[in-house]
Amino acid sequence: MPDTATMEKMAERLAEAKGEKKEFSGSEILLLSLLKEGVECVFGYPGGAVLPIYDSLYSGSLRHVLARHEQGAIHAADGYARATGRAGVVIATSGPGATNLVTGIANAQMDSIPLVCITGNVAQSLIGTDAFQEADIMGITMPITKHSYFVSDVNDIPRVVKEAFHIATTGRPGPVLIDIPKDVSNAKAPFHYPETVSIRGYQPHCDPHPIQVQRLHQAVREAKKPVILAGGGVVTAGAEEELIAFAEQARIPVTTTLMGLGGFSGEHPLWLGMPGMHGTYAANHALLECDLLIGIGARFDDRVTMGRLDKFATGAKIVHIDIDPAEIGKNVDTFIPIVGDVRKVLQAANRGVPCSQSEEWLQQTAEWKKRYPLKFQDSEESVKPQWVIRHLYETTHGKAIVTTDVGQHQMWVAQYFQFAKPRSFISSGGLGAMGFGFPSALGAQLARPDETVICVTGDGGFQMTNQELAVAALMNIPVKTVIINNRCLGMVRQWQEVFYQERYSEVDLTASPDYVKLAEAYGVKGFRAKTKEEVVQVWKEAMSHPGPVVLDIWVTPEENVYPMVAPGSGLDEMIMGDEKQ
Amino acid sequence: MRHIISVLVNDQPRVLARVANLLGRRNFNIESISVGESEEPGLSRMVIVTNGDERMMEQVSKQLHKLVDVIKVQDLSEHPSVARELLLVKVEAGPSVRHEISGIVEPFRASVVDVGPHSMMVQATGERSKLDALLELLRPYGIKEMARTGVTALSRSVARAGV
Repeated sequence: MPDTATMEKMAERLAEAKGEKKEFSGSEILLLSLLKEGVECVFGYPGGAVLPIYDSLYSGSLRHVLARHEQGAIHAADGYARATGRAGVVIATSGPGATNLVTGIANAQMDSIPLVCITGNVAQSLIGTDAFQEADIMGITMPITKHSYFVSDVNDIPRVVKEAFHIATTGRPGPVLIDIPKDVSNAKAPFHYPETVSIRGYQPHCDPHPIQVQRLHQAVREAKKPVILAGGGVVTAGAEEELIAFAEQARIPVTTTLMGLGGFSGEHPLWLGMPGMHGTYAANHALLECDLLIGIGARFDDRVTMGRLDKFATGAKIVHIDIDPAEIGKNVDTFIPIVGDVRKVLQAANRGVPCSQSEEWLQQTAEWKKRYPLKFQDSEESVKPQWVIRHLYETTHGKAIVTTDVGQHQMWVAQYFQFAKPRSFISSGGLGAMGFGFPSALGAQLARPDETVICVTGDGGFQMTNQELAVAALMNIPVKTVIINNRCLGMVRQWQEVFYQERYSEVDLTASPDYVKLAEAYGVKGFRAKTKEEVVQVWKEAMSHPGPVVLDIWVTPEENVYPMVAPGSGLDEMIMGDEKQ
Repeated sequence: MRHIISVLVNDQPRVLARVANLLGRRNFNIESISVGESEEPGLSRMVIVTNGDERMMEQVSKQLHKLVDVIKVQDLSEHPSVARELLLVKVEAGPSVRHEISGIVEPFRASVVDVGPHSMMVQATGERSKLDALLELLRPYGIKEMARTGVTALSRSVARAGV
C-alpha cells in the first residue's frame, strides 16, 4: 500500500539518480533497488552493520516495521508474502541479528515462500577475523536458502537485488539471502537498475510437455477411482480456478494437504478434507484405494504418506505435476511426470479433459464423508478447542485469514475451519515452527488491511514471539489473537499419552503469564473466557473492537487430535478417537 | 553402482561449498570431488564420484540442477568416457630396493619423481583400479605418505564412441 508521499519521494529519488552522474551510497542504492522492485514494506531490526541502511531508511521513502526480535520480523515478512504472493523483505544486522533469522529462513524454504533477506555484515577488511558481531550467515544458511549473495562490490547491488527478487518469486519460490558488508553499503556508485535479468543456471520450467498432458487425459479417461492430491503449489501458482474446473470436468474428488488448504474450496462437494496423519477418513481411504492419484503441487511428504510407501496408493497410477523436477520421483515412483507451473499445466489439461469413470467411486467417497465425519465430544461444562475453531468459522462465515502456530490447535484449525479461498490459511507446514502464528498474522494484516486476520495460537507458541504485541499496539494492527490455552504443550502431551505411557515430561505450562494482563501491558485489549458463553461474548467484543485483541480461551487440556495415524503405521491404520467409548 | 558426475559450475566463491553442502545434506555419499578450470572462462568443471542406485542418481542430478550456480550436470557413466586420477606416493626405499621399485613402476607407466636417502616418490596416472594395483605392489616396501587427486573425467567424442 504505497501512499502517494512515498511514491513521490521515490520518483524524486529516481529522477535524481537518472539526472547528472550523481553517486549514491550502497545503502541508498539498495533502497532504490527495493523501490524499483515495488517493495512497499520491509520488516527488520537495526544494528551496527546495517547502520548505513537504516540511515538511508530515515528519509522515510520505504515503510519499515520495527519488530522486537528478528525472528518476529522474518515471520511477519513471511506472513506478508503468504498473504500476497509477493516477496517479503526483511533486514537484520550482522551476527546475532542474522542468526536470529535462521528459523524464519528455514521455514520459508520448507514451504516455498518468497523472501528476500538482507543482512549486514562486518566490513570486508574484518571478514574472517571473528570480528565483533561477525557470523558467516551465508555459510550458515546455505542449506536453507534457494540462493544467496555476498556483495563485495557496491556496483553489484542493483543486479543482485534484481536477481534475488527474480529467484525468490519465480519457479518454486523460496528465500534468498543478500549479505552486504558495511564497507559496501558505505561505498559510493552511480545507480543503474537493470531492466532485465538473465541467469544462465536458473531457467525454471513453466510450460508442460504436450505429450504428458495427453497421457494425463488418457489416464483420466481410464480411471474408475481417481483422486487429486492438491498441495501448496496450487496456492503458489494461483491455480484454484483451474483446479476446480479440472476436478469438475473430470469428476475427480480432491484432497488438499495442509499447505494446499484453501487451494480447493473446503465447501466444494468434491472436497474430501485433508489427508495424512490427522486427515479425514475419506481422504486417507481415497488415497489408499484409488486407481489414479494426481498429485498437483504436492510433495508426498511423510505427514501425508506416513513414510509407508508400501501402503500408499499401491494400486494407483501416480501422476505428479510440479514445477520442481526434483520433487518428481523423490518420494514416490511416478507413472506420468509433468514438470511445469501448476496453473499452466492445468490450463493445458483443461483443454479437452475427459470425464473419468468415477460415478461409483464418488458415491463411495461421499459415503465415507457421511459415515466418518470429523467429530469431537462436545461439552456444555467446558470449552472444547474444536468447538472454538468451529465458532470462529461460523461467525466469520469463513471470511478471514487465519494464521496458526504449530501443534494441536494448528490441526484443529486445519480440520474445522473450511478454508474456501487460497492464501487464507497461513501456517508453518514443513518446518513446523512454533512462534510463527502471531508475527505472521501481523504481516498478513499489513498486506491485506481490509481482511479479518485471526491468529489462532497455543499457549506454547504464543510465548515464543509474543513480544511482537508491541508492534501490534504501536501500529494498531487489528489482528485477533485467539490463544487456545490448555496450559500445556498439547501435541507433545498427546504423543506422551499415546506412545509414552502417559509419562508427561516437561509439557506443563501452568506457570505462564496472565495473557490478558500481558496484552494490556503492551496496550493491547485482552479478554479471558472459560465457558462457551464467555467465548461467544468475548469473540463478539473482539470482532467489534477496531484494534488488536488477545483472547485467552481456556480449553480442556486432555483433548487429543483425531483422527490420528501413528508414526510407522499406514493410512489404513487410523485411530478415530472414539474407540474407547 | 559407481557414478561419475561431471558438473559445470560458475567459478564463484563458495560454489564448492554449495555443491558439497547439498550432497551432504541430502545424504548422498561422495567418493571424490575434483574441481578445476573448464574450457569456458568463468566456469569450472567439477567431477564427482558417487555411489547410488538409479533413483538416487536421478535425485543427485536434479538437486544439483537446482543450484543457481550449476550450469550443466552430466552422468558420465551413461556415456563412453575417460576417467583418470593422479597418484603421488612416497615409498620407503633404501638404496638396495630402488631398482626393484623402479621395475614395479615401469609397466604402470608411472615414474619416479623424487629420490631421498630412504624414500622415493612415485607419480602415476590412470584409472582408479590401475592405481590401486600399483599401490598394492608398493605397499610391502612401506608407504610413508600418499596423495590422490580424485577422479577427473571427460566424455569421449561421439566419433570415437565404443573404441
